[in-house]
Amino acid sequence: MHGERSIRVGDITRVEGEGALHVRIRDDRVEELRLDIFEPPRYFEALLRGRTYLEPVDITARICGICPVAYQLTAAQAIEAACGVVVGGPLRELRRLLYCGEWLQSHALHVYLLHAPDFLGYDGVVDMARDHPDAVHRGLRLKKAGNRLMEVVGGRAVHPINPRVGGFHRAPERSELAVLIDPLEQAREDALGTLRWAAGLDFPDLEVDAELVALGHPDEYPVDRGRIHSSAGLDLEAGEFDAHFTESQVPHSSALVSTLRGRTYLVGPLARYSLSSDHLLPDVRAAAAEAGLGPHCRNPFRSILVRGVEMLQACKEALAIVRDYRPPDRPFVDVEPRAGEGSACTEAPRGLLFHRYRLDEEGRIVSATIVPPTSQNQLAIEADLRRLVDGGLALPDEELARLCERGVRNHDPCISCAAHFLRLDVDRG
Amino acid sequence: MARLPRLAVWKFSSCDGCQLQLLDCDDELLTLADGVEIAYFLEASSAVGRGPYDLSLVEGSIACPADVERIQRVRRMSRRLVTIGACAAAGGIQALRNFTTLREVAAAVYPRPELLSSLETSTPISAHVQVDMELHGCPVDRRQLLEVIAAFLHERRPVVPGHSVCVECKARGTTCVLVARAMPCLGPVTRAGCGAICPAYGRGCYGCFGPAESTSTPALAAAWERIGARSGDLTRALRGVNAWAPEFRDGGDDDAR
Repeated sequence: MHGERSIRVGDITRVEGEGALHVRIRDDRVEELRLDIFEPPRYFEALLRGRTYLEPVDITARICGICPVAYQLTAAQAIEAACGVVVGGPLRELRRLLYCGEWLQSHALHVYLLHAPDFLGYDGVVDMARDHPDAVHRGLRLKKAGNRLMEVVGGRAVHPINPRVGGFHRAPERSELAVLIDPLEQAREDALGTLRWAAGLDFPDLEVDAELVALGHPDEYPVDRGRIHSSAGLDLEAGEFDAHFTESQVPHSSALVSTLRGRTYLVGPLARYSLSSDHLLPDVRAAAAEAGLGPHCRNPFRSILVRGVEMLQACKEALAIVRDYRPPDRPFVDVEPRAGEGSACTEAPRGLLFHRYRLDEEGRIVSATIVPPTSQNQLAIEADLRRLVDGGLALPDEELARLCERGVRNHDPCISCAAHFLRLDVDRG
Repeated sequence: MARLPRLAVWKFSSCDGCQLQLLDCDDELLTLADGVEIAYFLEASSAVGRGPYDLSLVEGSIACPADVERIQRVRRMSRRLVTIGACAAAGGIQALRNFTTLREVAAAVYPRPELLSSLETSTPISAHVQVDMELHGCPVDRRQLLEVIAAFLHERRPVVPGHSVCVECKARGTTCVLVARAMPCLGPVTRAGCGAICPAYGRGCYGCFGPAESTSTPALAAAWERIGARSGDLTRALRGVNAWAPEFRDGGDDDAR
């Protein structure tokens, strides 16, 4: 096909936040492809300046209603690092438990409400529920189990109130956590059910060639701690993040885009799984293999399977923590403020999240830096889309636009975090 | 068959948490879908139904020039407009910039602030269009949200209390953390609705639901002083997700103003 062609997706739906996509094709070649993020910026890093070291946990939760715990726990750990404190023992177990709840609800939301309708050809979950009531109810049960866990440990599911610097305001009693056992056991079966069901979906071919970046830990699947690893052999502490990753601004986006020494990289479930699948629990690994996953996965369409695997892992870990739980002597350790700087990374459901704070001697915040997963993935998502458009040139505009929207949703972008909604704008001239 | 009432959900500057409360209604969401046509809810569905709508739920604050126009269009297409959350009711946490200048905050985050399109202030929906009701909370409470939707669809008044968090603590049987544990608490000036979670978890209320119907921040300042709070502490505590609500805006004690 000669001449110019342009495709435009005005409002990309079933993503968290607001964005658009513009593609210009000339003589069957993608000339320009742009993922626009036009969520109004909210300037969190500036608003944190001058606040006390105890406040970012409540404030940064408000960056994202879907993954507030990721923000809370990363902020807490970065501030603890600045003050020379490491929170361990049962308090750290409680933090990981809360984080498992967030993974479960966020992944269940994406797998069933945002992603699955693409594979089955529905506009949304309400339509899908008419023909697939069992699947939808399974998804809603999973989500509810995650929310329940967050309510018990965190006080509520959206913007939990219990986490704080040093631990929690109140540590739950054993009996309070015991009520989670039944819903979590059901959730474990539902996560297995998710894998069996999702394994039968039809996955288009696509291969990410970006460097994969995720936390790695010698003893566990990465959630709340670890070093920064990559498929090209990177091995860094959180504090070294800046020396390797660069944030820059592009005119079409209110998110800052990140590169790794000039290279495009990908964070999130595919990166975590590919770098750490050997640290999954043995029967989770077996379930992954049964669903058709090898030790690595670079096909973004198959991320629905990886999220299923991670839900299963989260349920099993949460159950183990709940069963072994002995309340700590005190709900938090004292963290005395001091002048200094601290960094931390954790694995938000959508991938690596970085926080850094500089404090003065009274514990006031001098500067804050927050790098959310979606801004790190923007270039990798654009690279996926370029490949999808290249392979789909024969498709009519409407179908090509739909394919591109799927390409975006594969990565569960949280545009609210990155700054938020998508528009596709394909320009074929 | 009678036409189903048409519901729309809109997002402005926000974290998506209040919309998520609607998706978190889980089974009730499917039940709700039997009684209404969810005509416009971009986070949940690719099907985009044109207006007019019987009920619009609006999340988020007005923080960029394009949204000043967009909220007018939403209002014109909506028979009833209910705002959900602290961003829509008071400007949200992003309204902290209203206390300084946009230039200063933008330069702190972005190398090239001139590429951005932001308003000087983040303001509530009611500063731009007439609203039929504001549902408060950061996030809104799920049960209150369902109550409001049901009430508007059935043309009755929603039952949403305007009293303070203190009433919820009493109902829950939580010992007062301000009086008994000398913890700074915003409960006496904050609207009920969350279920008084914070005091039950051993911390003072931090004001997510905004000002209660009748508040006295000077009286609270006196109570804080009695437990040893320093001048300016209350004002700083009020500078949270509802900082720009008129009753909270001027703070409660002098020095930090």
